[in-house]
Amino acid sequence: MNYLATHPAEVLSLALAHLELVAIALAIAFAVALPLGIVAAGASRFSPWLIGALAALYTIPSLALLAVLVRWLGLGATPVVVALILYAQFMLVQGVVTGIRGVDPAQIDAARGLGFSERQLMVRVALPQATPVILGGVRIATVATISIATLAGYVGARSLGTLIFNGLTLHQNQMLVAGSVATALLAICADAGLRALTRLSEARLR
Amino acid sequence: MSGATIGFDDVGVRYADADGDALRGVSFDVASGEVVAIVGPSGCGKTTLLRTVNRLVEPTSGAVLIDGVDVRTMDAVALRRRVGYAIQAVGLFAHMTVAENVGIVPSLLGWPRDRIDRRVDDLLERVHLDPKRFRDRRPRKLSGGEAQRVGVARALGGEPGVLLMDEPFGAVDAIVRAALQDEVTRVVRDLGTTTLFVTHDVHEALRIADRICVMNGGRVEQLDAPAAILANPATDFVRRLFEGARA
Amino acid sequence: MDSPARAKLLAQPPMMHDLAAHAMQHLILAGTALGAALLLGAPMGAICARSGLLRGPLLAAAGIGRTIPSLAVLALMLPLLGVGVPPAIVALALLAIPPILVNVDLGIRAVPAAALDAATGLGMTARQRFARVVAPLALPVALSGVRTAATETIASATLATFIGAGGLGDDIVRGLQTGNDPLLFAAAATVAMLALAVEAGLGTLVSAMEARR
Ligand SMILES: Nc1ncnc2c1ncn2[C@@H]1O[C@H](COP(=O)(O)OP(=O)(O)O)[C@@H](O)[C@H]1O
Ligand SMILES: [Mg+2]
Repeated sequence: MNYLATHPAEVLSLALAHLELVAIALAIAFAVALPLGIVAAGASRFSPWLIGALAALYTIPSLALLAVLVRWLGLGATPVVVALILYAQFMLVQGVVTGIRGVDPAQIDAARGLGFSERQLMVRVALPQATPVILGGVRIATVATISIATLAGYVGARSLGTLIFNGLTLHQNQMLVAGSVATALLAICADAGLRALTRLSEARLR
Repeated sequence: MSGATIGFDDVGVRYADADGDALRGVSFDVASGEVVAIVGPSGCGKTTLLRTVNRLVEPTSGAVLIDGVDVRTMDAVALRRRVGYAIQAVGLFAHMTVAENVGIVPSLLGWPRDRIDRRVDDLLERVHLDPKRFRDRRPRKLSGGEAQRVGVARALGGEPGVLLMDEPFGAVDAIVRAALQDEVTRVVRDLGTTTLFVTHDVHEALRIADRICVMNGGRVEQLDAPAAILANPATDFVRRLFEGARA
Repeated sequence: MDSPARAKLLAQPPMMHDLAAHAMQHLILAGTALGAALLLGAPMGAICARSGLLRGPLLAAAGIGRTIPSLAVLALMLPLLGVGVPPAIVALALLAIPPILVNVDLGIRAVPAAALDAATGLGMTARQRFARVVAPLALPVALSGVRTAATETIASATLATFIGAGGLGDDIVRGLQTGNDPLLFAAAATVAMLALAVEAGLGTLVSAMEARR
């Protein structure tokens, strides 16, 4: 714990680097997952295959996938971001699909009857109502990617995991504990923040 | 198996978290093999009264007697195996087949396998479900009416002397309900099972009961044969409740 | 073993020998942790489902437990319990408890009130009601929690190499550090297959149970 007090600037900078990895990966991942989820929500034949494949990908232990990506893309932030994008797809796509499918069919019917185009239907009715569920997916994806991004410290990119790995190799327990505690706090705060955001978006629908 | 007698002796119930009494001073006797319908508006205490018989609710005053014995002196679990219980929500066990559901009380009573099998087939036939087709079905694959039939058969599984039914046909459509009313009353009359039957449908009460117990606000307003209730309603409340049923 | 197979085995790079042993180690590590987590998590879930008082705190703790990155939990064992297999098992068990606890609670609470009322009304003792009605009805949901826990434990056990507990993570790390790509890919593929096999196996079991309803 002392380490947190004696090296606040370093811990903060690693926490920001950690968040940066996660934010970049999630932004790209979401840009892929949203259209994919919209297509899958309307295609009941295709969606079980897509979700099954993404679930299988998600099941692969992160160190295994990351190590393979490092052999292919080299050390540094790139393999980490690619791994995070891949892992996030499952939760994000599932959130989009579940959210869209959960929209009240009567409202979809009413919108069609009022002359909404399929695009207007999606943008003005389905997606706004699916937002809390989609945000739920974003929250789970965020927690998972924060966890996996600790491994960045092992493949030559900066994250709070760097403190953990340096602590392990240098037998510096204080550094290791500081890294672990800071990582846990980061994940818990992100979870709580996104939970609050989800609740807010739910409240707006009532 | 002949039916047991039931006695309510000044029964009162007050729920711990409620301010009023759910039942007050309920006293009447039910003869062996008799079918008594309990009617009254929602919240008048019908379910509460029924559940005092198998001790799912314990009276705060008075006593309930089966064959003259205070139910409080009996082991609650043993008592419940002697008293059949069927409810509107049915509550069939989703992980068991129809036969396993109907045979559950005999199995709790430790009957031998072949006696259970015979009992199950007999009961399924009595409620008009072909054992060959229905024995191995899962509850999920039953229609509402079929599920209710299984629920009643299950309640009768352990050859109970008393059958308690709480709006057992409340959730099925009118045509099925009429068929079930006739079938079930015939079954309990054949078996001689003393039956308490809760309903909020006065037509159902008139159709199936030897006597009707009309309740209001936790009290019994009138207890009499259907014809007598129609001819001589004891209070304005009873008159209004049965208005229009006279025709 | 007949001689051609033996010769083939001996012809493989020496590191590959360890792969099977490490896979076994990995399974024992994950299996022991999962067993301990079941022993602790299932009763805790059952308590959760019954006790209005303990439910809130237990579920909140499980929620936080699920959020904490697994590398952090493993690393935190080091100052407390040192390196090796025992601290790794403790960490993995702690990580596996939340999904089991949450799903046992969920499964038990999803048992229809009417089924409980009927079970009591038909004369089941509290024990019989739990064994014959509650447990079997809650089982598919509870088991899907075990499935999540099992898959996560196999994945997290890969990280146990960092606190000296062996397993397939050893081979991945060694392959990466020594540039031994065959070892790296073989180990990564093995651990991925293990995770997928457990996920698919338990998944099939859960759907078979649900289909029987
Ligand atoms: N478990 C309970 N706890 C508190 N009050 C209850 C409980 N069950 C029923 N009551 C109350 O007791 C009264 C009678 O209920 P009930 O016997 O269920 O009536 P009915 O079956 O005629 O609709 C109602 O006012 C109801 O709200
Ligand atoms: Mg009622």
